[in-house]
Amino acid sequence: MSQGEDAAREGGVRVTADRTVCVGAGLCALTAPAVFDQDDDGIVTVLRSAADGGDGAAAREAGLLCPSGAVRVTDAAG
Amino acid sequence: MTETAMTPQIADAPAFPNDRTCPYALPEGYARLRDAAGALHRVTLYDGRQAWVVTRHETARKLLADPRLSSDRTHPGFPATSPRFEAVRGVRPAFIGMDPPEHGAKRRMTISEFTVKKIKGMRAEVEEIVHGFLDEMLAAGPPADLVSQFALPVPSMVICRLLGVPYADHDFFQDASRRLVQSTDAQQAVTARQDLSDYLDGLITAFQAEPGPGLVGSLVAGQLANGEIDREELIATAMLLLIAGHETTASMTSLSVIALLEHPDQYTALRDDPGLIPGAVEELLRYLAIADIAGGRVATADIEIDGRLIRAGEGVIVTNSIANRDGSVFEDPDTLDIRRSARHHLSFGFGVHQCLGQNLARLELEVILAALLDRVPTLKLAVPVEELTLRPGTTIQGVNELPVTW
Repeated sequence: MSQGEDAAREGGVRVTADRTVCVGAGLCALTAPAVFDQDDDGIVTVLRSAADGGDGAAAREAGLLCPSGAVRVTDAAG
Repeated sequence: MTETAMTPQIADAPAFPNDRTCPYALPEGYARLRDAAGALHRVTLYDGRQAWVVTRHETARKLLADPRLSSDRTHPGFPATSPRFEAVRGVRPAFIGMDPPEHGAKRRMTISEFTVKKIKGMRAEVEEIVHGFLDEMLAAGPPADLVSQFALPVPSMVICRLLGVPYADHDFFQDASRRLVQSTDAQQAVTARQDLSDYLDGLITAFQAEPGPGLVGSLVAGQLANGEIDREELIATAMLLLIAGHETTASMTSLSVIALLEHPDQYTALRDDPGLIPGAVEELLRYLAIADIAGGRVATADIEIDGRLIRAGEGVIVTNSIANRDGSVFEDPDTLDIRRSARHHLSFGFGVHQCLGQNLARLELEVILAALLDRVPTLKLAVPVEELTLRPGTTIQGVNELPVTW
C-alpha cells in the first residue's frame, strides 16, 4: 500500500482510495456509503468496518463514477 | 458500405457554440456533430480560431482525466467561446482555472463545506427556504414568473448561507452575476467582474474587522490570515462559488419544470411516486446539460486519441449536452426517461475539476421538485414553450423568465 492509500476487501472486490489525488466530489460516499466515507476535510476514507458482507456492486459503481481516479475497485482475487 | 459512407457528413469546422431552439433538445448543429463518425470534430469559434469538440462519452471521460489537458484560462490557446473569455484571460482565476498540484491545494480549502454529510445536514434548512419562497409565490399569484420568484432566489439564499454572504444584498449580486455570465462583449464582463470583486473585497474587510459566518468567514479567519491564500485568490474563489451557486441550480429548476411539463407522462409518474425524484434529478441533469460548454481545456502536449491528433496548444471543448446523448452509453438518448440510470452523465464534468457543489445541487433539486409536485400539482406554463426566450449557446443554458400559472 503506497503512502496516502486506504484499502479494504469488500463484497468480493478489493477497494483502494488514494487520499492524495481525491478532490472531494463525494460520489463514493453517496454511492456506496457502507464502503466509503469522507473525513472532516472532505477526503475519501475506506470504512474497514464494512469489509464483511458489504456492497460490492455499489463499490464498483463508485469506482466507475470517481472523477479523480482516487477510488479503485478490483476483483479481490486479483 | 463503410461507416463513413453511412454516417451523415458535417460541414468543415462548423461554427460553435450553437443556440438551442428548444429548451431541452440539442441544437441541430450539435445533433449533426453527435451523429457524425468519430469522437472529435474541428469547430470554428467566434474569433475565427478553431478548437476540437468532443462528442463521445468515453472519449470525454478520458480527456477530462488527462493531465496533458490544462484548465489554465490565461493560456493563449485556451478556447474562448465568447468575448467575455478574453476579458478574463489576464485575470488570475480561482481553482477552476488551475492545474494540479496547485489546483488540489486550493480546492481542498473549500471541500469540507460540500461533503455528503454536511450537505445532508442542510436538508431541513433548504426545505425551509424552498417552502418559504413557494409560500410567497402562491400567495401572490397566479400567474408568476418562476425564475424571479422561485428558481433564482432559492439557490441564491442557500449559497449565501453556505458562504456567509448577506442575502440582503441579493439584488446587487444576482444582477452582477447575471451580467457576468451573459455578457456579450468584453467590457460588460470586465465591469460585472469588477463590481462583484469590489463587493467581495468589502465583505472580506468587514470579516477581518469582525469574524464573519460561513465558508468566506472561515477562509478569512483561517487561510487568509495565515497566508495559505491571498486576497485576490480568495475574492476569485468566493466569486466562483457565488456565481456557480446561483446560475446553475436556477437554470436547472426552470428547465426541469419546462421539460417535465412538456412530458406529461413523466410529470405524472413523478407526482404519483416521489420515490422516483432522486433518479429523475440525475436524468434531468443528463438531459438538460445546462453548463454544456463548461469543459474547455488547452492541450499542453500532443495527444493521440481515437485516431485523431490533438496538438500542443490546441483548444478542446467537451460538450456535455452532446456526450450525454451518446447512444452507445444511454439507450434512446433523446428521450427523457426518469426511470433510467443516468448517474454517469457528464453534466458536472469529470476529472479533478468535477463540480464541487454537485451534492448541494442534487439536494436543492430534489427538495425543489418534491415541493412543486406536492404543492402546485396543477402547475403549467402560462405561454407556449415556443414563445420562451432561451439563453444563447455561449452561456449557461436556461431562460431569464418563465411565466407559469396553476
